[in-house]
Amino acid sequence: MIREMLSQLDEIDAMLGVTKGEERRTLMERREELLIRCANLTAEQKVFLARHPRRPKIDAYIHELFTDFFEQKGDRQSREDPSVLGGIALLHGEPVTIIGHRKGTDLNENVAYNFGMPGAEGYRKAQRLMRQAEKFGRPVITFIDTPGAYPGMEAEEHGVGEAIAQCLALMSRLTVPTIAVVTGEGGSGGALALGVADRVLMLENAYYAVLTPEGFASILWKDASRRGEACEVMKLTAQDLHAYGVIDELITEPIGGAQRKPQAVFSALDEAIARHLAELKTMDIQTLRQTRYERFRQIGQ
Amino acid sequence: MALEDYGASFVMCPACSRRTTPQNWRAHLQVCPSCGAHQPISAPERLASVLDAGSFVELGEHIEGSNPLDFPGYDEKLSDLRRKTGLQDAVITGLGMIDGVKVVIGVMDSRFMMGSMGTAVGERVTLAVEYARHSGLPLVLFCASGGARMQEGIFSLMQMAKTSAAIADFSADGGLYISVLTHPTTGGMIASFASLGDITIAEPGALIGFAGPRVIEQTIGQRLPEGFQRSEFQQDHGFVDQIVQRGRMRETLSQLLRLHGYGVMHG
Repeated sequence: MIREMLSQLDEIDAMLGVTKGEERRTLMERREELLIRCANLTAEQKVFLARHPRRPKIDAYIHELFTDFFEQKGDRQSREDPSVLGGIALLHGEPVTIIGHRKGTDLNENVAYNFGMPGAEGYRKAQRLMRQAEKFGRPVITFIDTPGAYPGMEAEEHGVGEAIAQCLALMSRLTVPTIAVVTGEGGSGGALALGVADRVLMLENAYYAVLTPEGFASILWKDASRRGEACEVMKLTAQDLHAYGVIDELITEPIGGAQRKPQAVFSALDEAIARHLAELKTMDIQTLRQTRYERFRQIGQ
Repeated sequence: MALEDYGASFVMCPACSRRTTPQNWRAHLQVCPSCGAHQPISAPERLASVLDAGSFVELGEHIEGSNPLDFPGYDEKLSDLRRKTGLQDAVITGLGMIDGVKVVIGVMDSRFMMGSMGTAVGERVTLAVEYARHSGLPLVLFCASGGARMQEGIFSLMQMAKTSAAIADFSADGGLYISVLTHPTTGGMIASFASLGDITIAEPGALIGFAGPRVIEQTIGQRLPEGFQRSEFQQDHGFVDQIVQRGRMRETLSQLLRLHGYGVMHG
């Protein structure tokens, strides 16, 4: 249903430029109606938007928010895992380390990047880059967009669970400011591995949860098709998580999702990251670390 | 328990099908006297098997789980399990002695919702780690958990961050953490504090891994080889220091404590 509403909106937007008078007025009214419906989405519809193929991906955020990006590949142990993208760039002229899940923007890229599902090497690359950020005093900005770590044989053989655990432990003690942004899917431990940050921001239509809704329904009810029900009971929307204090700030998206007007999201996110970073930079390292510890310590206390 | 009772007098081992008395099973700490298969052991039995008699003092017993998402039916499930198991939740934490050496210990119990980690488990483990850190005591955690507690959703996920952060601080202060992986240690458990031990021990034959075998088989479309993700596999792949039989756990822990200078007479 959300799919149809969005394609009708796209059609109307395209036609508005070439219509006049009464016909245009009818279109505008129809557009208004659709927008109102898109402004009141269910959790399942938001998950649809979180996974929208045209939703901005990490490549776009890097391109729009940063300059001089230098990609750093490899975990220095065995492999380059392209489902985690990382490197150094300038944010308003200041060097930062960027790390995030990479899903790719078309089917070929999706396949090449394993749909953003990292193995152990991706998380070990993330650790390498975080340690280096600490060494050079660079803040770390992470972008979270994964259904979860990859459930495959090699991932298990190489210890993807251990690699995630080490990310959690490492991030919790980093001596530089850290900001995590949940941009799309925040699925399970594979998402959290990049999420133990001083500030956790989340796009309005992203989701963040203990598992994908399908995985959740399959574990709890042995029926992955009960996804819609799972979306409702899981409380996985940005609004829910903001109310729970799990995330610090919700980044508003254009009605109908970030893919409709990406520039609006880029500038809102740019402003939010700069503001939080400025705040974090006033804190000394001890306070920064202690506050980060307490931030996660109080969840479920 | 996975064991099948035959009348009241015999128990059959699910691994080798040989029968013996429940008393004999208990005397062998739920390890089959015939084939050595390790079956699940309750947290109280486990504590009794590794600690000096009468030395255990529970910490964090006041911490009860809640239903943070108002998940339908979860409250009833919790009270039902509390009645059946006598446990408040899936972990017991406290202080005890191993051969006269004081330790902070946490033991998970897979009878309680497959040992899954909700806020009660996360909070109790974190408090135990913080206690060990502030008192300078060594920490021993027996993991037995399928991972996250689905009914607690994001709150469950966040316990991974919380417990791992506590371990990281404890470790940075020089604390000794012995992690014992027992059946099962999977999902969010292996992706958090279970993997962060200075010493990692596994019981024989335990399922240890991140993704569940069924999920992997569905993803790759083929059957997993025999022994995949078991303790021996994890040892072969470099994630476990040693596999230790349950019957030798107590002396192994005692040895490790002495090797780190605890319980050694000075001067």
